[in-house]
Amino acid sequence: MAKKSADAIKAAKDHWSQKFLRKDFKLLPERLPAFTTVSGFPIEEPLCTPADLADTDYLRDIGFPGEYPYTRGAYPSMYRGRLWTMRQFAGYGTAEETNKRFKYLLKKGQTGLSTAFDLPTLMGYDSDHPLSKGEVGRCGVAIDSLADMEALFKDIPLDKITTSMTINAPASVIFAMYIAVAEKKRIPPARLGGTLQNDILKEYIAQKEWIYPPRQSIRLITDTISYCVQNVPKWHPISISGYHIREAGSSAVQELAFTLADGLTYVDACIKAGMKIDAFAGRLSFFFNSHNDFFEEIAKYRAARRIWAREIKKRYKPKEAQSVQMRFHTQTAGCSLTAQQPYNNIMRTTIQALAAVLGGTQSLHTNSMDETLALPSERAVTMALRTQQIIAHESGVANAIDPLGGSYFVEALTNKMEEEVYAYFKKIDRLGGMVEAIGQGYPQREIARSAQWYQQAIEKKEKIIVGMNEFTEQEEPLEVMKIGPEVEKKQARAVQAVRKKRGRRKWEASLKKLKETAEGDENLMPSLIEAVKAYATVGEISSALKEVFGEYKEPALF
Amino acid sequence: MNTKSRRFSKNKIRVLLAKAGLDGHDRGIKVIAMALRDAGMEVIYLGLRRTPEEIVNAALEEDVDCIGVSLLSGAHNVLYPEIASLMKKKGLADKPLIGGGIIPEEDMARLRKKGVAKFFTPGAKTEDIVRFIEGAVRKK
Repeated sequence: MAKKSADAIKAAKDHWSQKFLRKDFKLLPERLPAFTTVSGFPIEEPLCTPADLADTDYLRDIGFPGEYPYTRGAYPSMYRGRLWTMRQFAGYGTAEETNKRFKYLLKKGQTGLSTAFDLPTLMGYDSDHPLSKGEVGRCGVAIDSLADMEALFKDIPLDKITTSMTINAPASVIFAMYIAVAEKKRIPPARLGGTLQNDILKEYIAQKEWIYPPRQSIRLITDTISYCVQNVPKWHPISISGYHIREAGSSAVQELAFTLADGLTYVDACIKAGMKIDAFAGRLSFFFNSHNDFFEEIAKYRAARRIWAREIKKRYKPKEAQSVQMRFHTQTAGCSLTAQQPYNNIMRTTIQALAAVLGGTQSLHTNSMDETLALPSERAVTMALRTQQIIAHESGVANAIDPLGGSYFVEALTNKMEEEVYAYFKKIDRLGGMVEAIGQGYPQREIARSAQWYQQAIEKKEKIIVGMNEFTEQEEPLEVMKIGPEVEKKQARAVQAVRKKRGRRKWEASLKKLKETAEGDENLMPSLIEAVKAYATVGEISSALKEVFGEYKEPALF
Repeated sequence: MNTKSRRFSKNKIRVLLAKAGLDGHDRGIKVIAMALRDAGMEVIYLGLRRTPEEIVNAALEEDVDCIGVSLLSGAHNVLYPEIASLMKKKGLADKPLIGGGIIPEEDMARLRKKGVAKFFTPGAKTEDIVRFIEGAVRKK
């Protein structure tokens, strides 16, 4: 913007502020001592004008959708061409039960699958391990061996749908199983599409489902990325996730800064492993949270695309446009939902989903209103999916590309969030990079502090949560979904039967080969595929790798 | 270390906090740990994925006044009764065991009968937790 016109607007605004706004505030003072976002980010200006964007150059900083720096969207046509993928995360009980839920969701108009695994699977334990007691099939589906994966995707055309799998430490094992299941259906890996979460750094930072130490875990990740580049080109081998960082209590800025710093760490690792930037950068994907603060979230997504594009371009000088273009999945914020008056959660989720769409998400999961109480019931899941369909087909927000682009407030907030992210980048660099920072507990402490601030803000009623600390009432408990203890017994018996039935010699040889490969530096994926085909279990494979890699231990600090 | 810190802080309420089960959701327990510490209590936090044996043994060793266990994995029906019965076995039945996490109403009722003194679920205030522990420990 020309300086002269910015100055004129600023002068006019000062005049307006003196003459009208102040006078108004004298009669009716501002209703809060300080206005902040849900993250505590200050919103000082009551009104933004073009003068707030005096340093913004439209073509340089905002530009066009599908063009550098991608502020307005990853693709040129955005939702005018194709709506986002409606992808509801699902999984519970046995593979057979989840297979039924998958088919139910596909029948209701969902356009992609997303698998939740139970905690023993996520931690690399079989269902009959002592630590699995009470956990089998509770937070997701229980997968012990290839037999379970076959049941999970029975009668689902893996070449026609895309599947997202939320798993991290054992991600490469589960991915090997997916490839093996497809092979049995005569679908070559090159025709498989989907996403593996496979992001271990945010596990150390936030979700805490780890197995091996960082260096070895990152090797597993670079191995899967390199394997995909060569054999499964339509697959997203990693989904670099801020979602869990936010759920653990971070602010929006922290979510963005730590996620992008994790992403840059993986890119570095791939380059060190000998890959060329243009071979893999276009396959990286991201996963963000969408909390209640509408504009903060929208600004976050816009800043995310711009920072990523600029940093990848500056650091690695790729030739392909795709390499700097950020694509991401969004899930509405589980941590924003309340156990009190759970029906209110439908409205929260709607606002959050709308922010994700206006921020240009490529796919979206909307939470069910009963998720603070239990796994979602079928009725609640359907309503969550309907929320997305209403936004897509009734609200009209998908009619124009980036309708909020150019909003003085949104663009100014995007700029401010970007600045704050760079301040975090500097701190992380000073600590020696993200892996070092995690080792020193830096992001973990920052997040815990934000969580504590938020809790106090709620208890002091500085932040109002409807139905929880204001507008409360007595209410009847909601009918929720229950998972019985019989799943665990059934699953334990099933894995024991698999162990008896499989060919012993092939199984033994495959695990031996896996350990040898782990000791060297060859890609682990082929050995993993052989091991799962020999019906080695998730627990056995994780134990074998633990022998070589060791285990991660977290200091218990608060 | 225990005997020493015990001597130096005779009047402080000592609370053992731990996460049982396989989930890693430690946002809540960390916020509570900070709140109890700010309220003048001594907090021993054992960290993630502690077994009932580890929790009860640590409670004995650290000579705590109260045990708080957080669990969001859904394994509560198995793990809380195990902790409560081990506490009984080891002579800790008089120490209040408090629970936190996503636990359905009817499960809470059953678990209270099995020895969990009180549950604090999503939306609970830290000041209520502080007040409850102070009351429960002083009653003895």
